[in-house]
Amino acid sequence: MNLTLHVWRQKNAAARGRFVTYPASDVSPDMSFLEMLDVVNEALIAGGEDPIAFDHDCREGICGTCGMMIDGQAHGPRRATTACQLHMRTYRDGDEITIEPWRADAFPVVKDLVVDRSAFDRIVAAGGFITARTGSAPDGNAVPVPKAAADLAMDAAACIGCGACVAACPNASAMLFTAAKVSHLGLLPQGQPERHTRVRGMVAQMDAEGFGTCTNHFECEAACPKSISVRFIARMNRDYLVATLADRGEPASAEGGTG
Amino acid sequence: MELRSNVPEGPIERKWEKHRFEMKLVNPANKRKHTILMVGSGLAGASAAASLAELGYNVKCYCYQDSPRRAHSIAAQGGINAAKNYQNDGDSVFRLFYDTVKGGDYRSREGNVYRLAELSVEIIDQCVAQGVPFAREYGGLLANRSFGGAQVSRTFYARGQTGQQLLLGAYQALERQIGLGKVEMFSRHEMLDLVLVDGRARGIVTRDMVTGEIESHAGDAVVLGTGGYGNVFYLATYAKGANATAIWRAYKKGAAFANPCFTQIHPTCIPVTGEHQSKLTLMSESLRNDGRIWVPKKARDPRPPNQIPEEDRDYYLERQYPSFGNLVPRDVASRAAKRVADEGRGVGPGGFGVYLDFADAIKRLGANVIGEKYGNLFEMYERITAENPYQVPMRIYPAIHYTMGGLWVDYNLMSTVPGLHVIGEANFSDHGANRLGASALMQGLADGYFVMPYTVGHYLASNKIEKLATDHSAFRQAEAAVADRVRSLLGIGGQRSVDSFHRELGRIMWEYCGMARNQGGLETALEKIPALREQFWREAKVPGENEELNQSLEKAGRVADFLELAELICLDALERRESCGGHFREEFQTPDGEARRDDENFCHVAAWEYAGQGQKPIRHVEPLSFEYVHPSQRSYK
Repeated sequence: MNLTLHVWRQKNAAARGRFVTYPASDVSPDMSFLEMLDVVNEALIAGGEDPIAFDHDCREGICGTCGMMIDGQAHGPRRATTACQLHMRTYRDGDEITIEPWRADAFPVVKDLVVDRSAFDRIVAAGGFITARTGSAPDGNAVPVPKAAADLAMDAAACIGCGACVAACPNASAMLFTAAKVSHLGLLPQGQPERHTRVRGMVAQMDAEGFGTCTNHFECEAACPKSISVRFIARMNRDYLVATLADRGEPASAEGGTG
Repeated sequence: MELRSNVPEGPIERKWEKHRFEMKLVNPANKRKHTILMVGSGLAGASAAASLAELGYNVKCYCYQDSPRRAHSIAAQGGINAAKNYQNDGDSVFRLFYDTVKGGDYRSREGNVYRLAELSVEIIDQCVAQGVPFAREYGGLLANRSFGGAQVSRTFYARGQTGQQLLLGAYQALERQIGLGKVEMFSRHEMLDLVLVDGRARGIVTRDMVTGEIESHAGDAVVLGTGGYGNVFYLATYAKGANATAIWRAYKKGAAFANPCFTQIHPTCIPVTGEHQSKLTLMSESLRNDGRIWVPKKARDPRPPNQIPEEDRDYYLERQYPSFGNLVPRDVASRAAKRVADEGRGVGPGGFGVYLDFADAIKRLGANVIGEKYGNLFEMYERITAENPYQVPMRIYPAIHYTMGGLWVDYNLMSTVPGLHVIGEANFSDHGANRLGASALMQGLADGYFVMPYTVGHYLASNKIEKLATDHSAFRQAEAAVADRVRSLLGIGGQRSVDSFHRELGRIMWEYCGMARNQGGLETALEKIPALREQFWREAKVPGENEELNQSLEKAGRVADFLELAELICLDALERRESCGGHFREEFQTPDGEARRDDENFCHVAAWEYAGQGQKPIRHVEPLSFEYVHPSQRSYK
């Protein structure tokens, strides 16, 4: 099939971007969306043009590197699917597709479809961990974890850090990302000692990075390639409230935090 | 070049303990005076960086991804082995050691493997303490499952995302140290050269992948945890960015490269659909527990699978290996698939596929039970192929998945370059000629959490390491060489894309140095590869400039290195005139087509020394001796 792409091109963070239209010819339905872009890039290179820069790595939906707005939807139209796992059989001959980078102040564009998501790393550094110095751990079975808690923690821990939640949110909020980590660690007995400092540190960093707040649109859950539930946001809000009341007067950072 | 394994004397179960006592220590107050450069941030790299920083060292950590959380360890599905014996089913450190040496077809070093088995136990404790959400039983204790090549249940897992969860645990420990200021993180930085001063590894040169800046970094020791080199085959289950550049640069600076021909092929991947294919996706091996593998008896049978009656099907694994059937090890299953495809009996587009059929299992157990066990895999398969495995058989085919070979290291995981340590898949040490399932994660974390903190300290304490800044002439020279190379790549000025060269290299490697190898084929490859390399440097087209995010330039540098490494792989495969593990030489097989090892002549590690541009590398040998696990022929009939 033959398609028409409208792709956001921006030379670097400082440059002004614009949409450029490219044909995508002889697209096979078996191609992934990124393989379709590979083919377009091969043609651009052959024609002496700069290929479209986009982030990608594992191409099996787990590393969280790829991500782009496809016709206004983060990772495209298929539910619970990263861009690398979206296949071209979703499209019909003659379709026009608009492709943009994630749009959020906290995710500045690096080039074309590539954005800087290091804000997510800084949120984790501000408390998204359990302090367990190497070598100091008790036996793995010393502390039993109820299966339900472990399963729910795993649901939250499935986050791949792609940033689709931020891109889909009208407020560019990182609440789903942050809540997933707060919940994953807060649900486990090992995560209790730092539960309060963690949530306070991570939320403070999230705010400092310039992410917006949650106003319950739930676009994040709909866009999440791992279907992470917005219920974790409620859980984080609860933890945050408890932590703020319990720790009144104490600094809002975990040890090692940047927040 | 001398290959001294430095494995401590004494009974195997006391070696590591004894060595830990004998190694020198760095005084706590002196640790902060040392800087360690950690290249790579996967399981091995992130765990090493975090653990070294916890001890007080200053660590600089580098990764090519936009965040250390994305390293390809994240894609490991199945699990991680540990000799916990929580199931009371007879597991022990010795048994895990034994299985790993045997699974590696007696081409690994016993001392290293025993330590790995010992440390496996501590890894689980460490990860649980970090909050890795391992699968649990209803009573709250850790759950286990069994995995290929073992008769006990010793595999710990977190759904089908064990690698992801272990990596995030290590990443979070790393981020904590970044927050504390003990680790300085350089994301989107690629190591392009190793810097030696007075024969020691003292620094690296990197390229900032956003600005193009070529930068020098000095340190007291360098650790490489940069993963395997399977992308030399182009189509592989690796991440697209995975590359051999760091280890290849180190090789050219004097680090020996061990057993490069030991590459692992995984039997259950989704087949190639066309020329556009950019990578291959693995389907968990567990599918072989219930699926039956078959092809039509007749070559090029045009009928759809559901219309081929039982009598026209060949369940070739069940036929040839009646006792193990569909559960034969990875290498055996892969070669059998290649044989039937070579006979023209492969299925699907291009004929490079075999059926993995669940119809019998669904009839026996019901679609619900099969769905509970494999639902997520079936969904993943359908997403990629648009075929429903509940209704039509899956199509699978082998693909490159792991490289057992890598830079040669001693017991301390130090290469032949003093101060250069190599961990995880980037080294060669623990898996011999074939890696068992659920062992890669174990090795990466053992090296990072529990070996590096000791052996790097020992190196620093036992050598006088002078202060050094990046204004030293060795850095100037390395920077100039890197800048030169970047300019050369951008200046080739040809018409052919880098990807097309990479694809062609992959085809040569797969054809002549893939699942089955022979002298004639390898010699052909050794003619074709240098010719392709020359063509690359004449005709490749690398658009753009250095001073920007330039993904074509990144790719070009990596492919240029693969074009050199490929030759070494084929040379090693040619010289190893035996079959063992993943290395199958057609000339060396038993009458019924199984691998025939030659312990008389090849019970050794082959470590290659770079001899200069255009010179044949020198093959050195480290003999292997087996005191505890006695070599025997593997049989799965």
